[in-house]
Amino acid sequence: MTEQVKVLTSRWGDNRAHEIDRYGELDGYASLDAAFGKAPEDLVQLVKDAGLRGRGGAGFPTGMKWGFLAKGTGKPTYLVVNADESEPGTFKDMELLERDPHALVEGVIVSSYAIGCRNAFIYLRGECGWPGRRLQGAIDAAYDKGLLGRDIKGSGFDLDVVLHRGAGAYICGEETALLSSLEGQRGQPKLRPPFPAVEGLYRAPTTVNNVETVATVPWIIRKGVDWFRSMGSEKSPGPKLFSVSGDVVNPGNFEFPLGVPAREVIMGAAGGMRDGKELKAWTPGGSSTPMLTADHLDTPMDFEGIQGAGSLLGTAAVMVFSEDVCMVRACLNFTEFYAHESCGKCTPCREGTDWMRKILGRLESGQGQPDDMDTLKDICDSIFGRSFCALGDGATSPIVSALKFFRDEFDEHVSGGGCPFPGARVTVGAH
Amino acid sequence: MADKPTTVKITIDGQELEVPPGTLVIRAAEQLGTIVPRFCDHRLLAPLGACRQCLVEVAGQRKPLTACTTTVTDGMEVKTQVTSEVARAGQEGNLELLLINHPLDCPMCDKGGECPLQDQTLAHGPGETRFVETKRHYQKPIKISETVLLDRERCVLCARCTRFSSEIAGDPFIELFERGALEQVAIYEDEPYESHYSGNVVQICPVGALTSPSYRFQARPFDLSSADGVCNHCAAGCNLRIDARRGMVTRQLARDNDDVNEAWNCDRGRYGFAYAQSPNRVLIPHLSEDGKLRTASWSEALRRAADGIRAAKGKGVGVLVGGHLTDQDAYALQKLARVALGTNNVDARSWSEDEEGAAAAASVAGRGPEDGMPTYRDLEAARAVVVVDLDPHEESPILWLRLRKAAMRRGVPVVAVGSRPGRLAEFATVVATRPGGQAEALGRLGRGDGDAGKLLTEGDGEVIVLAGWRGGATGGLAAAARLAAALGGRFAWVPRRAGDRGALDAGARPGLLPGGRPVGDAAARGELAEAWGAELPDGPGLDGPAMVAAAAAGELGVLVLAGVDLHRDHGPRELAAQALERAFVIAVDHEVNDTTSQADVLLPGVVHAETEGTFTDWEGRVQATHRAVPVGGAAQEIWDLAAQLAARLGTDLGFAGPGLAAAELERFRKRPPGAAAVPEPAPPAVPEPAPPAVPEPAPPVHGAPTGRVAAGEDGGESLSTPPSSGAGEPENDGLELVTYPLLLDAASMLARAADLNRETPGAFVELHPDDAGRLGLADGASAEVDFGEERTARLPVRVAPTVAPGCAFVPANQPDLALGALLGPSPALRVKVTAVEEAAA
Ligand SMILES: Cc1cc2nc3c(=O)[nH]c(=O)nc-3n(C[C@H](O)[C@H](O)[C@H](O)COP(=O)(O)O)c2cc1C
Ligand code: SF4
Ligand code: SF4
Ligand code: FES
Repeated sequence: MTEQVKVLTSRWGDNRAHEIDRYGELDGYASLDAAFGKAPEDLVQLVKDAGLRGRGGAGFPTGMKWGFLAKGTGKPTYLVVNADESEPGTFKDMELLERDPHALVEGVIVSSYAIGCRNAFIYLRGECGWPGRRLQGAIDAAYDKGLLGRDIKGSGFDLDVVLHRGAGAYICGEETALLSSLEGQRGQPKLRPPFPAVEGLYRAPTTVNNVETVATVPWIIRKGVDWFRSMGSEKSPGPKLFSVSGDVVNPGNFEFPLGVPAREVIMGAAGGMRDGKELKAWTPGGSSTPMLTADHLDTPMDFEGIQGAGSLLGTAAVMVFSEDVCMVRACLNFTEFYAHESCGKCTPCREGTDWMRKILGRLESGQGQPDDMDTLKDICDSIFGRSFCALGDGATSPIVSALKFFRDEFDEHVSGGGCPFPGARVTVGAH
Repeated sequence: MADKPTTVKITIDGQELEVPPGTLVIRAAEQLGTIVPRFCDHRLLAPLGACRQCLVEVAGQRKPLTACTTTVTDGMEVKTQVTSEVARAGQEGNLELLLINHPLDCPMCDKGGECPLQDQTLAHGPGETRFVETKRHYQKPIKISETVLLDRERCVLCARCTRFSSEIAGDPFIELFERGALEQVAIYEDEPYESHYSGNVVQICPVGALTSPSYRFQARPFDLSSADGVCNHCAAGCNLRIDARRGMVTRQLARDNDDVNEAWNCDRGRYGFAYAQSPNRVLIPHLSEDGKLRTASWSEALRRAADGIRAAKGKGVGVLVGGHLTDQDAYALQKLARVALGTNNVDARSWSEDEEGAAAAASVAGRGPEDGMPTYRDLEAARAVVVVDLDPHEESPILWLRLRKAAMRRGVPVVAVGSRPGRLAEFATVVATRPGGQAEALGRLGRGDGDAGKLLTEGDGEVIVLAGWRGGATGGLAAAARLAAALGGRFAWVPRRAGDRGALDAGARPGLLPGGRPVGDAAARGELAEAWGAELPDGPGLDGPAMVAAAAAGELGVLVLAGVDLHRDHGPRELAAQALERAFVIAVDHEVNDTTSQADVLLPGVVHAETEGTFTDWEGRVQATHRAVPVGGAAQEIWDLAAQLAARLGTDLGFAGPGLAAAELERFRKRPPGAAAVPEPAPPAVPEPAPPAVPEPAPPVHGAPTGRVAAGEDGGESLSTPPSSGAGEPENDGLELVTYPLLLDAASMLARAADLNRETPGAFVELHPDDAGRLGLADGASAEVDFGEERTARLPVRVAPTVAPGCAFVPANQPDLALGALLGPSPALRVKVTAVEEAAA
């Protein structure tokens, strides 16, 4: 059995943790003195040594990303925190911001210090009013206490933080689209290179990091590399938040060391299947990661393990589908999301998601044709690896995996003239 | 550090080639003749990677890459659709997706026959669609502007149009809106898409989504015959493709020439061709009989012309050369004047120039890029560019585009000196001057004064000074040449009209022979006299305005007007009318207008698309324009007419066959090596107090351009007699008038260009915010402009910082106010602008 850990969630049980005084009593802002006592490049090295990997979905090593930031450009360096959290099934960043917003502010301060940033931005998903107010309150309080602004704690380090609310587009979580949106441009992804580390926000060196990633940094500074590496695996070390939703008894966020077997997350922490139903499918990391089945429950949930099973860890958003869920309808639901959120820039995603939505709609309503499944597969082939950004790739994941594991269900929709699940309901997805 | 390699080796479909690092794979493949299919890619726009059509396989990459965004690296192995199944399948799959929502209305689409989407579908698209759903439907078409229609169903969302607007033209009013399958091109609801360059988006749209109303449903590409042309509207020198069907020009496209217009042109040049079909077109010779024109045969008309010349020649002859003629026409007309008519009274200018200004312009005569004239490309590499008395966005639009590129992409500082730099102000440092203040301002710049002066005097590289024609009367032209000399930089004269520079080179100046040879230089005269086998007149000739004044005074017996509308170009109208009345007038033109209808002999000349010849652009670059349609009616080439008229007078000009005038001009266009750059002797300028040398008594209306024109005489103009209040506010002591024609105006060459004419602004008065504030005038208000001598106009007010303080700009030639005809070509006067009280409702 893998024990749940209490790192990022350590203050979640305290309903006053969002207040700055209470946060201080709970060791809040303790990493600042430790950080300011070190040279910034030593902090970058520390994060590299710890092996922290980005928690926003791609799992890119954070220290290495910081190391790529162009130096000596004569331009400022920016930290932009990605709080756009829109991946279906993912709700870890928002709970963190609600319960423990100062944890992010603290992470922003020490991360900015490490990379030489004097102006940090937090790009918050527009719909999230409540976490936004909590976060703004925390930022204001930090300014009042002299933890933001000029000469923080006598260190000589200055930092301003701006909270920016998006206008409600999933694509604005993609880092180049996020930066465009932050600049006031249309939220569409941009070509890389130039990478944000060289030409990002306002064409200055920029790092975009996920909320959870940034909030993890103070812990590494305070507790060290060995402590961090005592959790997880060699390549995927440290603690991680898992958002579990769907047909489980006890949905919610759970913190485990990376590498925890999926079974312990779903059947253990989340209380197992609701109403004693059978597990039919689950996503390891949000709707953009291919679905797995009960056969994969013993897979270790780290970047390598999940990849070995043919999927991706993504945001570690585990959506659980019981035997009652119609896979065609689940795919339709997801695909409606992608078709709606496609930014429209590139042909495969713009046209392909819309076409797949229409085909799935027909299948579900009994208008399916025998070759629809081949067409769906072909469309996915035309999108995957060919679209401009990863949104398109993600849109193919549910369909490709559902066709792989549940092809029969699709065929039944054609032969039976419609959906064989009269009471089917789709319980997952925040949208 | 080792030098950066200058080339990298790559293989494409097994073929090796070397290209500079940074080359895009799609460009490298083109070098091998392999065209990777593309929609969003355009070689002059920043890579986008949106359409995903250009997929290729690159060894070592998991996924196919887009050739239009991938730069080569040393040793890269690329396989295109020619050898790669992955690339081929990827392209086919993408094509299927592009087609699912496409309306497939090819049979009625303008683009059919020249459409990349259609061509690729035909070549390797799916034969049948698998898309059984309902296609996207939009209202079709919607109006983006007067010149652009948008059919959203056909759009492949390649963003070429929006990128052109933002990257190249800087007109931000066309954008992509919405997202996902509803993404679409749109304009702001309450802001019209206004651009002098809008036709380019129609041309680069890879499908038939953007069309122009004038070409819509007119032709199929395979029914068109095409000729390579050069634009006749301004001196920018844009290369054109002229497409014609059944002997009529149906459209004009910008033709690629990276040295000049790259791949662009302006809307005036693109759409300004329909005047050939104007009901005013003259296709047969005419003679005046009982005060009316009647048709005549060529031999009768030429005989009458020759007789008229013989009869009146004693009183002197003058030849006025229009600004839109080919170099050969101008050459033939000046030779006609000098050899057959024995006079140096020949000029292509309608404006006056001071002595120094004329000399500055003359200093470029006959010189082109090969002689060290600055070029478009040089602008991009200059340390700085100074633009004097020129509003290139209105007067030489493609020059404005290149200056914008130099400034925005290459970081070249641009300094604009003058009274109205217009949209140069978007990227230039503006040194605002009142008319006449340019010389002093340029002097200060040359001494390195101020930030602008420092830009010019500090740092490496060369300064290029571009001076507009308007500086000839304000001292700006001469001062610009002096500044270039002082900074060790280069100078170019940027005239307004397409024929202006060629006419200068050809010798259509009273003081200059071809190639800038001074008339006063006996050796030069001797050289040409020998070649032409004739004596050349050595006395100074009259310039354009002086010829008109002399004719009006009854001091010039004959006027030959070749493409010159005296009323419009040589106002005031009163003066023009008198000149037409008193002289024997031979007009060579393509239209009947206020001037040619008063001619004694009217000879029909060809229009642009009917001619063979060259135009010389502001760089001095000589470019050939070719005949796209048969000559209309009985019209003739103007150089040919000049030769025939000379023959009637017993002189052989020596160009019996096509090409001979051209060959002769090329022989003399350049000055002989080593010839001293003798400045042109000052032609007798008209408004100068000293009377012209040739006509003895000063003509009665010699006070022009402020001549007496009765107010409100022109019914068509919004002129009225001012209320005789006489109570002017004491602080309103007047503003200096700045006037020149805008790009879109009442030009006869824009006749029948219906789309453009709807975009032509009416007259207005533009004031600097300081002046507007002082005078209590807001943008959009109505004002009375008093030009003096009881000439007034009520005009809408525009308030803009692009006009210099103390100045009032009024466009010269708008449909509702022909200011040039009212005041003359380069009026220097103060005007009073007063607010008009709106009548209470
Ligand atoms: C369509 C799309 C949506 C994304 N949405 C988010 C998001 O909401 N939050 C996030 O942190 N990263 C998101 N990402 C990933 C970001 O592009 C980026 O990789 C990440 O913010 C980097 O942070 P990290 O290194 O800390 O993981 C998204 C990526 C794509 C392609
Ligand atoms: S895959 Fe293409 S259309 Fe889809 S979100 Fe990315 S860039 Fe936009
Ligand atoms: S209108 Fe034409 S140029 Fe513009 S995006 Fe559509 S297809 Fe491209
Ligand atoms: S041409 Fe390469 S993506 Fe459009």
